[in-house]
Amino acid sequence: MLRFAGDSGDGVQLMGTQFVASTALAGSDFATFPDYPAEIRAPAGTTFGVSAYQINLGSGPITTAGDAPQVLVAFNPAALKVNLPLLREGALVVVNTDSFTGRGLAKAGYDEDPRKTGSLDGYQLVEVDVTRLTLEAVKPFGLSKSDAGRCKNFWALGMMLWMFGQDLDAIEQWLEKRFANNDSVREANIAALHAGHAYGETAELAAAIPQLAASRARFAPGEYRGVRGSEALALGLAAAGELAERPLLFCSYPITPASPLLHQLARLGHLGVGVFQAEDEIAAVCSAIGASYSGTIGVTSSSGPGIALKTEAIGLAISAELPLVVIDSQRGGPSTGLPTKTEQSDLYMAVYGRNADAPVPVLAARSPGDCFEVAIEAVRIALRHMTPVFLLTDGYLANAAEPWLIPDMASYAPIQTNSVAAKPDADAQSTAFDRAPDSLGRPWIVPGMAGLMHRIGGLEKDARTGHISYDSDNHQAMTHLRAAKVASVADFIPDQPVSVGAEQGRVAVVGWGSTYGALYQAVRRIARSQEGVSHIHIRYLNPFPRNLGALLAGFDRVVVPEMNMGQLATLLRDKLGLEVVQFNKVTGQPFLIDELIEFIMELLGEAALPRIVQGDRS
Amino acid sequence: MSAALTAKDFATEQEVRWCPGCGDYAILKAVTRALADVGAEPENTVFVSGIGCASRFPYYIETYGFHTIHGRAPAIATGVKLANPELDVWVVTGDGDGLSIGGNHLLHALRRNVGLKILLFNNEVYGLTKGQYSPTSRLGTKTPSSPGGSFDMPISPGLFALGAGARFIARAIDVDKPGLGAVLQAVHAYEGAALVEIYQNCIVYNDNVFGAFTSKPTAADTQISVKHGQPLTFGAAGSKGLQFDARTMQLTVIDAASSPDDVLVHDERNATLAQLLLSMEAPEFPVALGVIYQNPAESFEAAFYRNHATQLKRTGSVADALRHTNTWVVK
Repeated sequence: MLRFAGDSGDGVQLMGTQFVASTALAGSDFATFPDYPAEIRAPAGTTFGVSAYQINLGSGPITTAGDAPQVLVAFNPAALKVNLPLLREGALVVVNTDSFTGRGLAKAGYDEDPRKTGSLDGYQLVEVDVTRLTLEAVKPFGLSKSDAGRCKNFWALGMMLWMFGQDLDAIEQWLEKRFANNDSVREANIAALHAGHAYGETAELAAAIPQLAASRARFAPGEYRGVRGSEALALGLAAAGELAERPLLFCSYPITPASPLLHQLARLGHLGVGVFQAEDEIAAVCSAIGASYSGTIGVTSSSGPGIALKTEAIGLAISAELPLVVIDSQRGGPSTGLPTKTEQSDLYMAVYGRNADAPVPVLAARSPGDCFEVAIEAVRIALRHMTPVFLLTDGYLANAAEPWLIPDMASYAPIQTNSVAAKPDADAQSTAFDRAPDSLGRPWIVPGMAGLMHRIGGLEKDARTGHISYDSDNHQAMTHLRAAKVASVADFIPDQPVSVGAEQGRVAVVGWGSTYGALYQAVRRIARSQEGVSHIHIRYLNPFPRNLGALLAGFDRVVVPEMNMGQLATLLRDKLGLEVVQFNKVTGQPFLIDELIEFIMELLGEAALPRIVQGDRS
Repeated sequence: MSAALTAKDFATEQEVRWCPGCGDYAILKAVTRALADVGAEPENTVFVSGIGCASRFPYYIETYGFHTIHGRAPAIATGVKLANPELDVWVVTGDGDGLSIGGNHLLHALRRNVGLKILLFNNEVYGLTKGQYSPTSRLGTKTPSSPGGSFDMPISPGLFALGAGARFIARAIDVDKPGLGAVLQAVHAYEGAALVEIYQNCIVYNDNVFGAFTSKPTAADTQISVKHGQPLTFGAAGSKGLQFDARTMQLTVIDAASSPDDVLVHDERNATLAQLLLSMEAPEFPVALGVIYQNPAESFEAAFYRNHATQLKRTGSVADALRHTNTWVVK
């Protein structure tokens, strides 16, 4: 596992994604974690401007970006200072010596050069003057000093690719394409890449740097690609449109970390996807509702603060019984909080966060590739039940990448839209609210359809005729109807599976969303030596799968690790009456496998585990 | 369409629930009549409204109708129009809905030039919430929330629209059948964002607030109905006219009979003239009515589809798109 770190202007994210492209082509499994500051270009050399990209690669199933990197490439003292605490003893630390000047050290807040204080004694320190070597390598191309300096990320990438036994072809091809119209920049970067690679090979470093060739992973047969969460989500929405044979209009307002989805979808016009960048979050959700009203699949997206603004309009879509997909790329909060750091703290908002009794189905994606599946599911539910659907992802998923078995589109059932029942004697208003008995979804009647003109809105309507009604019994009936509609989603979704372990036992580790990888690995490792531990990861958070209560009742204890203060835990207590043990982390960083193992082992180790769930199951 | 539809065909069976004597009744009549006159197709016509007295409008029109949430009608209507540009999309809003809580959406719908026919019923008061002052209420308006008289500066809907980049701005009075009718027909024919300010009398909370220029006996002297290419005259038998004073860069009222050549001719494409006309207030000036500004440009939906090369049609397959990157095969 390695981690690149430098100034946010150093090209660290680019270097990381290129390393991943090469890793993917080499056939190794990988998972990534871009970790960048909220400021686009924070002052150079400062600790708060440090951007990092972590890659976990190898042959086993890799589901997280890893706990402690074995290799850190630090472009400056600040990057070293911020990232050193993440390393284990013995890790390889590559530092760019050119930046270890008095000024560079001072900016990072070092009183003394850490290379001289003994604080790096426990690590394998490799000092390379990356800047000078890069400038030398690109000298023939006549770039300005600053342009030449910018090639240093490719120099370092070349060295890392050598270290991990990968070749340069993929990166070279990418550079050829990227700088097709800029000969000097292209050639300089290729030269820097080769120079870094050659540097690794030279005798003088061979002893210091172990070559950490990543072995080929054991994958199921099939065609693979690398994918980021935002890419898979965009493709999943396009796939849903294709399956429903409807265009899709994505209406959004820029916000971190949700914007990559907007960018991805803007390039999918040929798949029947339109993108509208609205004036604000409210306009984004409202225009999506307008699009749905007109027969196009309306989708809006944001992060927590933006979703909060959309709340009233989501209520309108509930009341008017219109389909809508609301995607929330969660981030640390409250308020502006930690815009670029990940958190799972909008589950309450999705499930409970509206005025009045206003239930909506809620789904969460667990990995970059899973975003594709969940996007299709969200649209399917929205169109079947004619309801807004929440899709929760997070900053980690949006940007993380993994190898992905390319889905077979032929394996997905078409998405049905509710047709209009032919009842000649019924008026258009009641026809528009003639709901399907199983899903309670009404027909999707849209402007342009002759003879079916009707009026909808946010005022309470008569349960049968769809006309405005202030009748008290009717409101009671409609409130029940809205609840029953969302509850009926459970009749259409699969039973909750178990990802690791048996269907009953001592401890069930229950999670949702992007913690999947860490929980899966932690439980898998424990299961090698311990019996009775299982991992269960929930995609359908509202309503829960029908079997979830019975499944969890088969365990002595239910542990819920979450990157929040216990929101799924609350939901499990509320909906299933379960007692659960919480494990919560809100540092803005994903779970580490080790910290999960430690916590779960402690629980397993407790003598005579008390049965939390009441009732005799002997 | 078989037989031509009449105004009655555009009325729903819903019992209309505005206060007796409300100006909204006259507007509703004018709109159903205009829809019939222009041969509108009910199934291809949508009325979108926000919240307020005016926003009940869609329930009473036999077309598609969407009564939405406070201030957001222009945003919802934008989605409707983008999804299906063939629809005639009307937005019904009020001074509170459109200029207070929804000011931002109105601004952006106008500057984008989304093909929406926006009818802003201005009664200078919040009616549905029982009479508080609104963003168009004049200084000193006494209401339950401003017992000592309101003290925030009012906004002029027309000037706001012009500043936002609107390219169609018109004005009419609720009970002025021919004037409102002509404006509605012009709006129907226009592609792009159109703002129509309708002076609407709230008989309960702000009765006769526009009396200074709507009163029939004095109307000839207090109103000017502008027509593209026609001299800007008003008063009995067109005895008065508007002249541009280059020294003060203002309009002045002159005797049209004695100096007919000095009377300005209305040019609806002239934004500067539009600003001067929209700024005129009674009693010093007549209030300008009719199509004050009309300067067409490509609509937002046209630009949207021009930039969505496939017109939201599917020309590629997801299966191909999934492979539009480096892939590798594991055997």
